[in-house]
Amino acid sequence: MSTELPESAVPPPTGAGESSPAPTRRTFIATSTAVGGAVVAGGAIGGSFLAAPEEVAAAEAPPSSPVSLTVNGSRRTVTVDNRTSLLDLLREHLDLTGSKKGCNAGACGACTVLVDGRRVNSCLTLAVRLEGAEVTTIEGLADGDQLHPLQQAFIDEDAFQCGYCTPGQIVSGVGCIQEGHTGSPEEIREWMSGNICRCGCYVKIVRAVEQTAGRK
Amino acid sequence: MHPFTYTRVSDTREALAAGRRGGRYIAGGTTLVDLMRETVERPEALVDISGLPLGEITVTERGGLRIGALVTMSEAAAHRKVRTLFPVVSEALELSASAQLRNMATIGGNIMQRTRCTYFRDVTADCNKREPGSGCAALHGVNRTHAILGTSDACVATHPSDAAVAFAALEAQVRLLGPDGERQVPFADFLLRPGSTPDREQALRKGELITAVEVPALPRPLKSGYLKVRDRQSYEFALTSAAVALHVRGGVIREARVAAGGVGTVPWKLPAVERHLVGERPSDSLWTAAAAKAAEGARPLQHNRFKVELLERTVARQLRIVGGTK
Repeated sequence: MSTELPESAVPPPTGAGESSPAPTRRTFIATSTAVGGAVVAGGAIGGSFLAAPEEVAAAEAPPSSPVSLTVNGSRRTVTVDNRTSLLDLLREHLDLTGSKKGCNAGACGACTVLVDGRRVNSCLTLAVRLEGAEVTTIEGLADGDQLHPLQQAFIDEDAFQCGYCTPGQIVSGVGCIQEGHTGSPEEIREWMSGNICRCGCYVKIVRAVEQTAGRK
Repeated sequence: MHPFTYTRVSDTREALAAGRRGGRYIAGGTTLVDLMRETVERPEALVDISGLPLGEITVTERGGLRIGALVTMSEAAAHRKVRTLFPVVSEALELSASAQLRNMATIGGNIMQRTRCTYFRDVTADCNKREPGSGCAALHGVNRTHAILGTSDACVATHPSDAAVAFAALEAQVRLLGPDGERQVPFADFLLRPGSTPDREQALRKGELITAVEVPALPRPLKSGYLKVRDRQSYEFALTSAAVALHVRGGVIREARVAAGGVGTVPWKLPAVERHLVGERPSDSLWTAAAAKAAEGARPLQHNRFKVELLERTVARQLRIVGGTK
């Protein structure tokens, strides 16, 4: 997995309502990584160990652009480095870490979100192109404490093991059901083929999608 | 990914002006963003053309189809007229990529997509397409998925599009808009064989914009379809594929359009197969005899010799599926 964190002209939002008093697992890992990185950088000659010269030059003034979009019903206006993917915008700037970075190349489907109602790979979507778009992520599917029927079906059918691909599977499944490609298990398999599950939970994933489609 | 400026254009005049200044058009972005992240592509300026009015599908006067360059793959595949007039196009589209990618990728971008050759995508490998003059690592490397037709000593990479195979078979026209106005290019001339300049892939002039792909009318009734053979059942590029369209009247094949994918450096039209079919009556032996000409001129590499027989069988099978048997 590659990480790509172009700097943003705006820091991640730090609204009082969004910060938690105790360190979470995620902030703990992030802090530990930062400390580890500092140690490595300190040991490098001239401090140029981590970045190639052209990357340093690029980091000085990366072209950035403002973009306003709606994410899970909330209007967000951000200024992003033009290189920022929708996936990185969600995960690194909006703290919506449900969408996962698997391959970062459009080959695994773990990053699947809905843009204007259609399922897409957020890793291949440049955030700067989403002016006025409506984005729905896994975090936006539930209605309060009421899970989306497909979320519930994944639990009922035990349709995951490690869970890493699950947010992408569920959002993709929602798209698949909306598109009406759920006529048979074979049709579901074909139209869900953009979501890879290394644990091999396909039989139960197909069953969860089939049952949810049948209930509609 | 290298930094780039970003501009959104709202009309073709604005787009062409930006294109003339060296801007790179982006539509669905599924190939371009991926290759930019790998630093295979390093555009300095992206011109977002997704707001241009090129998203229509229209039936032309004589019963052909004009598919706007910005129609997404999923829209084109689901369109009633595409499905009824040219099933080979909708089938090729639906057998491509994944539902997510088809929702993003456009018809114009689909025919512009670049090869999946692993050496092309690996910036540390020698590749004449990416770095002219550096050599071709695939020629004597891991070349199982590479081309057997239309290759040169400089490049053996396949063109990855399925839809382009259908368009090549149907002898579509690519409609272009440039500073000097409109023109159209036959599909066979639009995608270029590598020769000694594999970095040059399309017959596009600087700043030119694809506005549509136009499939010409064919006599009716017309049966057509697409068969794709690959290492896994779905979400995979073709090892071999066949696009077939047949017009049969009075028990005799009057028109035949056949092309193959996964085997050529460009979508591979099969005129020898077509000639063998026209004037004949459908039969199993005809399909086999015609398909035996599919791999004429093939130059297999160390690891893809299997593609010769696989291509012949793919074409024979698809002729049988579309043309039936007595």
